[in-house]
Amino acid sequence: MAGAKEIRTQIKSIGSTRKITKAMEMVAASKMRRAQERMQMARPYARRMRNVVAHTASASAEYKHPYLSDREQVTTVGYIVVSSDRGLCGGLNSNLFRKLVVAMSDWNDKGVKMNVCVIGKKASAFFKRYGANVVSEATDIGDTPQLELLVGAIKIMMDDYVEGKIDRLFVVYNDFVNTMTQKPTIEQLIPIIPSEEVETQHHWDYIYEREAQEIIDTLMTRYIESLVYQAVADNNACEQAARMVAMKSATDNAGKLIDELQLVYNKARQAAITQELSEIVGGAAAV
Amino acid sequence: MATIQVDIVSAEQEIWSGKGTMVFAPGEVGELGIAPGHTPLITRLNPGDVRVVKEDGEEEFIFVSGGILEVQPHHVTVLSDTAVRGHDLDETAALEAKKLAEEALEDAASEMDYAQAQAELASTIAQIRSIEKLRKLKK
Repeated sequence: MAGAKEIRTQIKSIGSTRKITKAMEMVAASKMRRAQERMQMARPYARRMRNVVAHTASASAEYKHPYLSDREQVTTVGYIVVSSDRGLCGGLNSNLFRKLVVAMSDWNDKGVKMNVCVIGKKASAFFKRYGANVVSEATDIGDTPQLELLVGAIKIMMDDYVEGKIDRLFVVYNDFVNTMTQKPTIEQLIPIIPSEEVETQHHWDYIYEREAQEIIDTLMTRYIESLVYQAVADNNACEQAARMVAMKSATDNAGKLIDELQLVYNKARQAAITQELSEIVGGAAAV
Repeated sequence: MATIQVDIVSAEQEIWSGKGTMVFAPGEVGELGIAPGHTPLITRLNPGDVRVVKEDGEEEFIFVSGGILEVQPHHVTVLSDTAVRGHDLDETAALEAKKLAEEALEDAASEMDYAQAQAELASTIAQIRSIEKLRKLKK
């Protein structure tokens, strides 16, 4: 049986680990609430954007934006992979990457090449190991994602699409279902999949101040950006939720471990006392 | 009095929402005044103030750093940008993102070299040890 002293140090060290995980759990819980709010706040923009894009798409504008037309032959696809910057959030990132790798090997089997844009340090580190054509990167997003940080990375992918370097663009992120459930999701960004609720009763079009083409270009850029931002905001909420859950179970496990060790410690202590007693008794008998 | 629903949103949050009798916005081609019942219109905005005259006559000023204005007869939507955007600025941001990716790849190469060197070193040390052991045995 291990010495009582060693067990005591172990209990102490697990105890301090538990303190840390408990603190992280509480920090994550409060951050999650804010992240969820941010996620909600970004919704109206994306929704309005979608309406306007649907209008312009169904309107009889002479200009049809390249994002709206599907290309039949796919030779290269683009992925925008949204991950967290920090770890200790359970299987959040690895679940996402697993799903992505399956999708990627499907493309690979078809002989389709892939370009990847990574957002977040974990994705960056993953593709360093996995090996992929990483064309742009945005890391250090922080707890309050800002669109400005993402713009550059997204622009490269959108430009690639217009230039024909990629034929399809996907965004990969964790969808926030609720605190316990985060769903790894792969969503097609470009070509834009038309929403079902496009009304076609009467044809009308906007007055475009300046060229329709310029305005629609800007509109499409902002729309895609808003979708990616939404994905980042969702992923952020997921990260905090996953961390909270992971840290809660770590705290619980530490508690269980301490209980067990305490039992072992008590046994060791008693054994030592019994031994001492029997030695004394034995010694006295010998005298 | 006829009113028009005004929503000012950005990608990060809903900035302002309410009813107004008149909306003024800094359109790209010139200042726009929108009254209820305006024909559908869409334009880009310059950075500046969007001014909403509310039902009680009070005015609300909301600064937008550019964006898109969409007008429907009973609805005005301002899709505001979160920061001042320009083609050049976007281009710079894109270049930065690219550079970051390239640097990361270079880093990966150097880290890989380091790991490889470490592995080689470890195996060499192991070889030396086994040679030494053999020598001791022979003696």
